Amino acid sequence: MLRDITLGQYYQTESILHRLDPRTKILASFFYMLSLFLFTNVYVYVLALAMLLLMIELSHVPFKFIIRGMKAIVVLLIITAVFNLFLTKGTTFVSFWKFTITEEGLRNAGFMSLRLIFLILGSSIMTLTTSPNQLTDGLERVFGFLKIFKVPVHELAMMMSIALRFIPILVDETDKIMKAQLARCADFESKNIFKKAKSFIPVLVPLFVSAFRRAGDLAMAMEARCYQGGQGRTKMKPLKYKGRDILTYLVFVLYLAGIFVCGILLPKLLPIY
Amino acid sequence: MGIIKTIKLTFDYIRRNEEGDVEGITTAVDDLTLDIQPGDFVAILGHNGSGKSTLAKHFNSILHPTEGTVLVDGKDTMDEDKVWEIRQTAGMVFQNPDNQIIGQIVEEDVGFGPENMGVPTKEIWERVENSLKQVGMYDYRKASPNKLSGGQKQRVSIAGVLAMQPKCIILDEPTAMLDPQGRAEVIRAVTQLNQKEKITVILITHYMDEVVGADHVYVMDKGKIAFSGTPREVFSRVEELKSLRLSVPPVTELAYELKKAGIPLPDGVLTREELVEEVSKLKKEGFRRIVR
Repeated sequence: MLRDITLGQYYQTESILHRLDPRTKILASFFYMLSLFLFTNVYVYVLALAMLLLMIELSHVPFKFIIRGMKAIVVLLIITAVFNLFLTKGTTFVSFWKFTITEEGLRNAGFMSLRLIFLILGSSIMTLTTSPNQLTDGLERVFGFLKIFKVPVHELAMMMSIALRFIPILVDETDKIMKAQLARCADFESKNIFKKAKSFIPVLVPLFVSAFRRAGDLAMAMEARCYQGGQGRTKMKPLKYKGRDILTYLVFVLYLAGIFVCGILLPKLLPIY
Repeated sequence: MGIIKTIKLTFDYIRRNEEGDVEGITTAVDDLTLDIQPGDFVAILGHNGSGKSTLAKHFNSILHPTEGTVLVDGKDTMDEDKVWEIRQTAGMVFQNPDNQIIGQIVEEDVGFGPENMGVPTKEIWERVENSLKQVGMYDYRKASPNKLSGGQKQRVSIAGVLAMQPKCIILDEPTAMLDPQGRAEVIRAVTQLNQKEKITVILITHYMDEVVGADHVYVMDKGKIAFSGTPREVFSRVEELKSLRLSVPPVTELAYELKKAGIPLPDGVLTREELVEEVSKLKKEGFRRIVR
């Protein structure tokens, strides 16, 4: 059961987005996020929504699954909306008791909430369609330029992929240790939060000890297999841009152009807000 | 010239207290001289703490001698420029299969060694394919290592070493954490590599039945080689083995006890088939008369 644990929120299925190069997806979601911050008007948001729906459709991930990611930010969303609604100064829209809702407040609350929703959904599509492995690979390449500033990009990526490999193993181990401690009358069911936290010490200590031992063993095994950092290393599965990646970049260039048109030109021709 | 040669190798573990002062010195390997010929299947036997794993780590330049020299294919393991060449020549498989698999997919893990060596992508794929086929794990190439059995994981680790195309493979108690079936799988794979690919195999173990197929057996005790020889020679010294806290295979022990009871059997019977043959030979010669 624990062996099948999925990491991050990767959703395995077959789609063009799944087959895209991870670099393309990372950069495309970056451009998408950027586009949400450039302008604030109805046209831009309609275009952004259209783009989002297109991506959702192409990803073949069930809509229910994508929405699940929103749960985490519901509170944040409400707070943002409420604050914007009541605390923005401007022309009064309605007022009751001590509260005033202004037209600007209404507008801000609406756009801010939409922006947040689009941001989360946009980045979810990337993480939903990219396996953690590919994501690590992609990040290593996208942030490769940081090597100039002596950032150990390869090492960080390697650490991430090793962490991903060991999570199921350590989860298994936690399970084993918990059972062993239960057999010695450990109590993990306590309702008292302090007691509960305390009861996990006998699990965490052996877990850490074993994790360090594993780390030592692994380091030795890696060295024995000639691992010497990123220098002079070749890739078994190098990332290569294909036709579909170029197409995606084209779509996003067009999209960004569209955003600029919607942001600057359209409001002048057809002013609404 | 042997593929692995140690000359008067001594290795001390130095224990220090928190201030860094020396608390005590344990000599794990003591003035040991050894010469392993290319293409051989060599087994190193010894109980816990006999220094056999410490010795193995010297063959791969993971540990360096306190005194003496280790030569791998003629290269001194103390020579820092040659460390990577040595590790390519002598690949190492460790005890815990979980702690030596780096990749999240079997084929990626096997490719890890060649990737580190800077082998071109196309050749990596060829090597990975070949080594997985050699250990019989090709059908699992797309699987996650977490879903394999211990024996399968250990065979993947062997494939990972094979992909580096070493002349010699050192297995440091590869079966200690496996069930009997997994142990048989691993030993079969290793034996095949030795016979078909002519790769030198150094098997470190404390399971006696695994060394029966070896060309040469070294028995270690207290960092020294207590005695050595072919499996037959080694297993004829049942009393000595027992005094070193090593047990002999059940069949060998049975033959030994029978001999002690007065039945004229040869020394060092290794397999059940051999014992059956010897006993039936006796029967023809009038076995009943001897017992009476």
